[in-house]
Amino acid sequence: MSGGDLIVIGNGMVGQRFVDALRARDPQGSWRVTVLAEEGRPAYDRVRLSAYFDGVTESELNLHTPDDGVRLRLGEPATAVDRDRQVVTTAVGEYRYDALVLATGSYPFVPPVAGTELPGVFVYRTLDDLAAIRAYARGRRVGAVIGGGLLGLEAANALRLLGLSTDVVEFAPRLMPVQVDQAGGAMLRRYVDDLGVRTHLGVATTAIRPGPDGGVAALELSDGSTIDAELVVVAAGIRPRDQLARDAGLPLGPRGGVLVDATCRTVDERIWAVGECAAVDGTCHGLVAPGYATAEVVADRLVGGAATFPGADTATKLKLLGVDVASFGDAHGATEGCLDVTFTDPATRVYAKLVLSDDAHTLLGGVLVGDASAYPTLRASVGGPLPAAPLALLAPDGGGADAGALPATAQVCSCNAVTRGDVDAAIAGGCADVAAVKACTRAGTSCGSCVPMLKQLLDAAGVAQSSALCEHFDVSRRELFEIVRVRGIRTFSRLVAEHGRGRGCDICKPVVASILASLGNGHVLDGEQASLQDTNDHFLANLQRDGSYSVVPRIPGGEITPEKLIVIGEVARDFQLYTKITGGQRIDLFGARVEQLPQIWRRLVDAGFESGHAYGKALRTVKSCVGETWCRYGVQDSVGLAVALELRYRGLRAPHKLKSAVSGCARECAEARSKDFGIIATETGWNLYVGGNGGFRPRHADLFATDLSTDELITLIDRFLIYYIRTADRLQRTAGWIEAMDGGLDHLRAVIVDDSLGLCADLDAAMARHVSSYSDEWRDVLDDPDRLRRYTSFVNAPDVPDPSITFTRERGQPVPVRADGPAGGHRPQPVTLGLPEVRR
Amino acid sequence: MTQTLALTWTTVCLLDRLEPDRGVAALVDGVQVALFRTADGLFAIDNRDPVSGAYVLSRGIVGSRGGVPTVASPLHKQVYDLRSGHCLDLPGVTVARHDVRCRDGLVEVRLRQEA
Repeated sequence: MSGGDLIVIGNGMVGQRFVDALRARDPQGSWRVTVLAEEGRPAYDRVRLSAYFDGVTESELNLHTPDDGVRLRLGEPATAVDRDRQVVTTAVGEYRYDALVLATGSYPFVPPVAGTELPGVFVYRTLDDLAAIRAYARGRRVGAVIGGGLLGLEAANALRLLGLSTDVVEFAPRLMPVQVDQAGGAMLRRYVDDLGVRTHLGVATTAIRPGPDGGVAALELSDGSTIDAELVVVAAGIRPRDQLARDAGLPLGPRGGVLVDATCRTVDERIWAVGECAAVDGTCHGLVAPGYATAEVVADRLVGGAATFPGADTATKLKLLGVDVASFGDAHGATEGCLDVTFTDPATRVYAKLVLSDDAHTLLGGVLVGDASAYPTLRASVGGPLPAAPLALLAPDGGGADAGALPATAQVCSCNAVTRGDVDAAIAGGCADVAAVKACTRAGTSCGSCVPMLKQLLDAAGVAQSSALCEHFDVSRRELFEIVRVRGIRTFSRLVAEHGRGRGCDICKPVVASILASLGNGHVLDGEQASLQDTNDHFLANLQRDGSYSVVPRIPGGEITPEKLIVIGEVARDFQLYTKITGGQRIDLFGARVEQLPQIWRRLVDAGFESGHAYGKALRTVKSCVGETWCRYGVQDSVGLAVALELRYRGLRAPHKLKSAVSGCARECAEARSKDFGIIATETGWNLYVGGNGGFRPRHADLFATDLSTDELITLIDRFLIYYIRTADRLQRTAGWIEAMDGGLDHLRAVIVDDSLGLCADLDAAMARHVSSYSDEWRDVLDDPDRLRRYTSFVNAPDVPDPSITFTRERGQPVPVRADGPAGGHRPQPVTLGLPEVRR
Repeated sequence: MTQTLALTWTTVCLLDRLEPDRGVAALVDGVQVALFRTADGLFAIDNRDPVSGAYVLSRGIVGSRGGVPTVASPLHKQVYDLRSGHCLDLPGVTVARHDVRCRDGLVEVRLRQEA
């Protein structure tokens, strides 16, 4: 079989992966692919479904890659398969197939108790389910989840985020019975208790009872108790969707599912099954990784390959309700004669268990709760010798879990199937730092959990990773910051004399200028500091390609009065400046000569404007949507918060520019998740995201804390920023800073939420000093004749404008003329849209 | 802009107007000259950045590389030897240098035509 009509029933994660895998192997398109999808939207990331409640949008969850060679029928579920005629029927018509792939997935199991049909009872499987839960939760107070497994705890967290007081009912005697053991479940429960989620273990739900309005009101439990619940989510497990196969007379597995062999084919040589609906050799797998494996097998087989199902990797690492939980290999110790090594620390709330072979030499599996940092090394070691003594491996922070002891075949990055051998080869080939290894092998580019291992492997290979700033300083920016702070150094000359060499350069001087500014050493142009500044900071404006500068007044939150808008227009008109709205909801005025800058700013300062610090490695803008004041969807005052944040952090010098945004609801119009710190309103407060940026390597910010009050939010941002300023490398944005941090986001949380390093009081004090000492840099320049003196084009001809700066007009505005210089010849000619492209 | 030969010294400004380790631009017979005052003395080179064509070298950061006094272009950070005008990052790229001296507290410049 090597081509023809291929029908795929189902467009879930595995169905989509199958189509992608086949198309990659069949670029000529010998298979004409039709996908029949039940849902009205293309494939999305169901594993991250709960992120929907954290404000992640539908489009961000989208997995579908547009492909002209694939016919995608959304909202058109298959209703029957006629194997004799090789035809699939839908409500619309019939599709003939030469090969048929069933990727119908699972359906939520709903226990047979009274009341499951009541309004307010939901399952947790699709985006539509989640949207319905969100809508129904509005104005309600108490909810319950039936099922304390992985999905049940996710649902419980979702209800919590929606502001509902939440109960979880689990039939097994512990939470997450499939993944963790009794002791691990007990540790998990301590975390869950702390979040105010009440758990009822070892009991069944016997009935769901309505209230006077007909909607659900309570759950009756098998121990005779009753709990209030105005909204119920049933998350009691899944069952394979095998009805189509069953009706078509195909054999099923012993516990349901479409029975397939190790090639993922049914007894009908034209019909295959992948993902959760497939019972591979009789067993269904409810995780996405084995599902993806089946997709790859069938794609390979359809192009004549000989792949077989490699066996299911059921290793799982996830964060549930903020708790790290991991389980891998033989987590429950089912192997004959196996030994357990366990570690329980109620103080730090860490539980870990390793399952070893009877001779204690081979790692078989394990469970980690509370701290899963050892997971990548341990998971990679399953089936092989232990990389270190068991207790060293289990000690919190996984200090003993050194990747250097792993064999070459051990998988370091499970997301991208990269082995230690691959990483070592990349290092031998010249990759000298983590970033190069990531780029070369793709290891660490998905979930990132193996990044610390990559660093360890570089260390193990003897690659020295220099942190020297430049030839003048042997230390990193972070160390330099500490030297300056602890020793109270206030000048570059003293710093370079005592801790460096030479006269400095364009790398170290701006770094030291930034450090001195962050530590509050007066105006950035005072005394020797002026000579350290990059030209932008030296003239408090942004140098453009023709030697002119641009001017960006601060417009906090993007909110501006008509009067101020008019002033900007008048200034731009009078000084003939090119005017453009920036991405940060401000207005940039281009084409100013240095001697014009004070005149422009005199007008702006008199009108109440101040420096926007567009020229500095500093807070730029806090963008906002219009928020609840006007928007019919808004739930908080996003503009008010954005203005407050911008005024609080204005002028704060940092290792790199800082951007922020505030969205007034989960629709996220302010694009807060593309910022260094982004805030999204919830019904009850604010969610804080950190580490996002646009630019060369776009990255979405990670959810850091949820449902904060405004005071809590500001405290966390204060600490986040000061800790970043003190410890980041030169020109390292917050994203790279967090990625490079040992322990990543968890470490950051420990430092600035739990105060694990005892730094918080100091961080708070540092920000308080910044806020109280802020002064507008431009006003200070205008008030000081000495500072004003440097704003001339020529020291011997202060009244002569720079003759090299000249303008032509484009679309009604001035733009640079660049007749001079080699670069001038390379400039593409303007293109007029709507007409044939004109090139002179 | 055409560079004209000037055999004479032109007084530009008081030495005090030059901040240590920072540059200024001066207009000498229609030529833009970048002047620098460093611990190694005074230096004068063309203000025109040969890579971008913009007249900005006087606004670069002054420093040293391996003991050589330098200025970095503020546009794209190429580093120039202040003594010779040679670009230390791009072989073959050079900026014209000029004579500069201090007499009686006054800075004087004499243009040179060779590169």
